[in-house]
Amino acid sequence: MELVCPAGNLPSLKAAVDNGADAVYLGFRDDTNARHFAGLNFGDKQIEEGLRYARDRKVRVFVAVNTFAQPKGWSRWSTAVDRAADLGVDALILADMGVLDYAAERHPELKLHLSVQGSATNPAAIRFMKRHFNIRRVVVPRVLSIAQVAHVIKESEVPVEIFGFGSLCVMVEGRCLLSSYATGQSPNTYGACSPASHVEWRDTAAGQETRLGGVLIERRGRDEPAGYPTICKGRYEVGGDIRYAIEQPTSLNTLDLLPEILAAGVAAIKLEGRQRSTRYVSEVTRVWREAIDSCQRNPGAFRPKDDWMQTLARVSEGTQTTIGPYERTWH
Amino acid sequence: MPSDVSLATDQRPRLSLGPILYYWPRQQVLDFYAEILETPVDVVYLGETICSKRRLLRPEDWWDLAERVTASGREAVISTLALIESEGELKVLERQCADQRFLIEANDLAALDFLEGRPFVVGTSINLYNQRTLSFLAASGMKRWVLPVELGRETATDLIRTRPAGVECEVFAFGRLPLAYSARCFTAFNNGQGKDNCELRCSEHPDGLMIKTQENQPFLALNGIQTQSAATHNLLPFLGELGRLGVDLVRVSPQSQHTATIVRTFAASLKGELATAEGQATLRGLVPNGLVDGYWSGAAGMVETNTTARV
Repeated sequence: MELVCPAGNLPSLKAAVDNGADAVYLGFRDDTNARHFAGLNFGDKQIEEGLRYARDRKVRVFVAVNTFAQPKGWSRWSTAVDRAADLGVDALILADMGVLDYAAERHPELKLHLSVQGSATNPAAIRFMKRHFNIRRVVVPRVLSIAQVAHVIKESEVPVEIFGFGSLCVMVEGRCLLSSYATGQSPNTYGACSPASHVEWRDTAAGQETRLGGVLIERRGRDEPAGYPTICKGRYEVGGDIRYAIEQPTSLNTLDLLPEILAAGVAAIKLEGRQRSTRYVSEVTRVWREAIDSCQRNPGAFRPKDDWMQTLARVSEGTQTTIGPYERTWH
Repeated sequence: MPSDVSLATDQRPRLSLGPILYYWPRQQVLDFYAEILETPVDVVYLGETICSKRRLLRPEDWWDLAERVTASGREAVISTLALIESEGELKVLERQCADQRFLIEANDLAALDFLEGRPFVVGTSINLYNQRTLSFLAASGMKRWVLPVELGRETATDLIRTRPAGVECEVFAFGRLPLAYSARCFTAFNNGQGKDNCELRCSEHPDGLMIKTQENQPFLALNGIQTQSAATHNLLPFLGELGRLGVDLVRVSPQSQHTATIVRTFAASLKGELATAEGQATLRGLVPNGLVDGYWSGAAGMVETNTTARV
């Protein structure tokens, strides 16, 4: 099972490589990828240096072009695909059927992965994508229990990658418009959820308030930690109660499930967090490398070590982690 | 009063009714369609698109309704589940897609696999954002697509201008916006239950479970695994523009009350028999949390740009 780690910039790429990643994934500096944040991602020089650094150490490099192109911006997406092909990256992670069609026709030698943003949650969807675009891997959205993941793997000829750790999307990736409803910009169209320019933080007598596009999505006490300001993790009034009506400010950690993930035949496990610090990338990569190696040596005796869990908890957003949808009771 | 929507007959979009997104009692569904068949709607989408546990109407019941719609001289389309996770859901979908009598609306990529090579409709929850995707799906059999709701006039114009011959564009023109889908059932979650023991409590919320901000602003509606806008998206003031752009169908999405009146309001406006201001005034009285239209002009979906007849 391959460990796929986030690289938001060159130092993080090196940190992932040095700490045991089998592959790193990154994006270009525009809205063609789903972590379109200021100061993040790779220009030509950094990507060439990153590729060299990874190759010399036998680590593969994947490029994410995983947002949805509209007619006016199409050339940015086709250019991104061509650039990745020219660079000779190990795989391109795509979501948009039009972009997949373009890449499959123009660069048949390039390995294509279906991004989590491509929303393929079942064997029939994967079969369709394989038939038309010859995808070599599918990253499945965080909607399936581990038993369902195992079933999809059994029924599909395409190797399956899952998200194992990091910020948790509550909605099916690629099909969530909550951010654009409040701001006009969504992961699909702009490459970011809750763009920073639309977020306001304010200290008031009633508590610390977070607004997105002017809408009050959270009001918390002074000692409560603030997570990334998404609509899905805000507190609202439902039938007279104030509560987390969609999901609490938790993040995903599936380390406990590693033996089941391995037994299910998962081809690769992905860590989220291209927008996080280099230190985050170092620590999560190191812990997951150790854990995967330990689990592969002796799955029956695997137990997450306390210091792994403490390290992961320390770098997690918010204070709680969850196994999320991999556990059926979450549904 | 004469309308300001002055469209030539060949520019006039047909009127469609989207699938019921909520879980209503069986008799309410049957009564609803009996009433709808008295309205000038042209196309009726039928079927459960949100949750496979909602089984008060089975595929056979939806087919019976589709036969009735067809017999009335209208077009019936079978809508399919928006999020397919389990083997059981795939089996039902395969059965629906094997039936050749009616056009089928694909809402999950899985349906594209079963429908390849025969005519089908692509619903709002499949991402068609550019010409290359449009051509690709048209080559696969797509005869009509519903514009993803977050896209507006700019992209609609570009797509319509370059679409393959014979492919129709439908625009979601009235209803609570379908914004997201999840593995989690939020109705069950807010009742302290999980999806597997949900007791179908969504039947208690005929227009979804309202969530408000801590400032008492209605914001979202939870409908099982789907999250919708609390406000109602409404493109009535833009019907003239939609027709001139070449939009072929405009969709009204059902709500538990007043849907027939809403359909009649749209039909009259399209025919040039009702002034926009008058239509807007009618619609404002029929929705609980106001009207929005921001997506059409590239703004936030929750914004209302056309404030005609706002009190």
